[in-house]
Amino acid sequence: MSEGIMDETGVVPPAETEEVYLYHAKSFWTKWVFSQDAKIISIQYSATAILIGLVGLVLSWLMRLQLGFPETFSFISPESYYQYVTMHGMIMVIYLLTALFLGGFGNYLIPLMVGARDMVFPYLNMLSYWTYLLAVLILAASFFVPGGASGAGWTLYPPQSILEGTPGSFWGIILMLVSLVIFIIGFTMGGLNYVVTVLQARTRGMTLMRMPLTVWGIFVATILALLAFPALFVAGIMSMLDKLIGTSFFMPEIIQAGELLGHESGSPLLFQHLFWFFGHPEVYIVALPAFGVVSDIISTHARKNIFGYRMMVWAIVIIGGLSFIVWAHHMYVSGMNPYFGFFFATTTLIIAVPTALKLYNWVLTLWKGNIHLTIPMLFCIAFILTFLNGGITGLFLGNVAVDIPLSDTLFVVAHFHMVMGIAPVLVIFAAIYHWFPLMTGRYLHEGWGQFHFWVTFLGSYLIYFPMHYLGFVGVPRRYFEIGETSFIPPSAATLNEFITIMVLIVGFAQVVFIANILISIFKGKLSGENPWKATTLEWQGATTPPGHGNFGDELPVVYRWAYAYSVPGVEADYVPQNLAPDKVKKSS
Amino acid sequence: MGIFTELTKKPWLADPSADEGLNIQGTSFLPTGKVALRFLLCTISVIFILTIIGYADRMYFPTWKPMPEPWMLWINTALLIASSVAMQWATKSCRRNILTSVRDGLLIGGILSFAFIIGQLYVWEQLAGLGYYASLNMANGFFYLLTALHGLHLLGGLVAWGRSVYKLLRGASVVDIRLSVELCTTYWHYLLIIWLILFGLLLIS
Repeated sequence: MSEGIMDETGVVPPAETEEVYLYHAKSFWTKWVFSQDAKIISIQYSATAILIGLVGLVLSWLMRLQLGFPETFSFISPESYYQYVTMHGMIMVIYLLTALFLGGFGNYLIPLMVGARDMVFPYLNMLSYWTYLLAVLILAASFFVPGGASGAGWTLYPPQSILEGTPGSFWGIILMLVSLVIFIIGFTMGGLNYVVTVLQARTRGMTLMRMPLTVWGIFVATILALLAFPALFVAGIMSMLDKLIGTSFFMPEIIQAGELLGHESGSPLLFQHLFWFFGHPEVYIVALPAFGVVSDIISTHARKNIFGYRMMVWAIVIIGGLSFIVWAHHMYVSGMNPYFGFFFATTTLIIAVPTALKLYNWVLTLWKGNIHLTIPMLFCIAFILTFLNGGITGLFLGNVAVDIPLSDTLFVVAHFHMVMGIAPVLVIFAAIYHWFPLMTGRYLHEGWGQFHFWVTFLGSYLIYFPMHYLGFVGVPRRYFEIGETSFIPPSAATLNEFITIMVLIVGFAQVVFIANILISIFKGKLSGENPWKATTLEWQGATTPPGHGNFGDELPVVYRWAYAYSVPGVEADYVPQNLAPDKVKKSS
Repeated sequence: MGIFTELTKKPWLADPSADEGLNIQGTSFLPTGKVALRFLLCTISVIFILTIIGYADRMYFPTWKPMPEPWMLWINTALLIASSVAMQWATKSCRRNILTSVRDGLLIGGILSFAFIIGQLYVWEQLAGLGYYASLNMANGFFYLLTALHGLHLLGGLVAWGRSVYKLLRGASVVDIRLSVELCTTYWHYLLIIWLILFGLLLIS
């Protein structure tokens, strides 16, 4: 291995590092189907996640049709409504957002951004995708088994999740739990790859503090996932044993229809603790990669270095750590000791500090920047606003005294959809518009992109602002039909109709987005190399899209951080990470 | 360089012509496999820690009826300790480049591990024969769950062990399989510690 000694010109000779093992596919099947190339695996992950995400989207339309126009659609029964609610939640949180951010973006961007040829364990990476696909298929199969999918709510709380009377309380819940366990096994294979690749396969000069924040976000989120998913794994297995062989991990003594069931002394609260020990870090498993992506995109499209890079890295790490000690703020109404409530309310407020710090830094990055209002930038600005909105209502709900009356109302639904539904999805859109030229060599259509952005952004606010209000007046969540209720004004029904219509309009915008992708892959305007004039390594490869092995014959050597935009005294308004110091043209 | 030193750097002030980080391919001096194993062990630890916390939480409930402690569990524990020692011997032999000892240590370690798993299954059969079904009491449920989780992790280790043995039988040199043997040994020691904690928990409850 070279010691990296510079020659007289101050340039380090080409990398003479040991090449990592790189699998070379020999057939169509091993190149495109059972591929070990992280870029192909990324596309497989992304396509599967988006497809199952579309199923989740359709389920949300069905739910909203029932809520907006009750007693209109005869095919929506109370049982199927609960199944839509459950499957929508689980699909969107786990099978779409987690899989897309980590399996999709992680696989594509980590090796390219750190200057590696591929993931360190390509075979395991391939297995990770196929295990994920198996989990998705098992989950989807639960729609077609006797009794249908689980209708227990996405939190799957026992006892009701496995007791007769809940939709899908036999095959539905079993398949859901099996699918989750398989998903976690698959994720662990992928997650080890992401973390170890960042630690072990960075190219020469790519120190940790020169890594783009996208990589930092995915890296820390993956560590969170590796430590949080085991809680769901354990809860899933115990729940399955309670269902299948009659153990009593979570099942207390229960009399159902006058008959004493065989369980004794189990603790439903134990499940809740395990679920939320996973569930709250899950918010940041989704949010941290989004934070990273936003940082990189706004810096690139504002032609300005990210404000407070070191603070941003520390904030990601601190948020990651704190996310493990806030879980019980989801359980204030479970009858917990008030002192615990105080503790978890305090930690919840504390985690808002590094999060707010990131928001300030994004705004300060935009301040006096040369802002290009491209589609990715628009989505990022929308994200900043939306995350701020969702974060502030989170402070409401983190407070025990406010949370208890608002618990189980639509206020909670509106809050978490803003903060971990709409906000990360806006970042996913930003990322797709930003990196689509890298993946295909073409732009997505600008006009359709504008339509997609404005309808999605404004439409989301027209859905969730009224929903906050509905929650505030007491409209409960998870009700099939509210009917006539004394404390809910009749205007709530009108507002519900309005929300449903907006949901369908925003849904239509997503159809336009999918069409834009499919058409632009073949007919989009050619983008050339590095169309956004970005500094990061993924844009500096030998070819666009990057070929097998990512970087041609020689790995890049990194000389600087990822945010050298508008550097004083330099002719161009960006300096790629791998441009040797003597090749940087000074302005005259 | 320590991680905290690294995280306090100011990359925007760094001189790009300095050779910072240029002598690295990655940063860790550890082999990639060892780094991955450490993360894997952290993940597995969370599984066991959470299950043990659940166990510890429930064991103070009045309905908790502790399981008996079959003498076979002591034998199984001895088997797992011996297996760990054999794996350690294989690793030491790797460092001394003695191929025959590596082979012997690896084979003995694996065979003893299989014996441990068979022993655990025998304990299950014994307890079930005495009427201690998993569904009867929460203590029973936790016992079967924890031993199953531990046994499954050991079986997973035996897959990796099998690959090392296969390589050895195909004529691999000590250098070729040294890393695999070291990884197996670390994993075996880890599972031994986990088992000792579980066994201790069973004894005190």
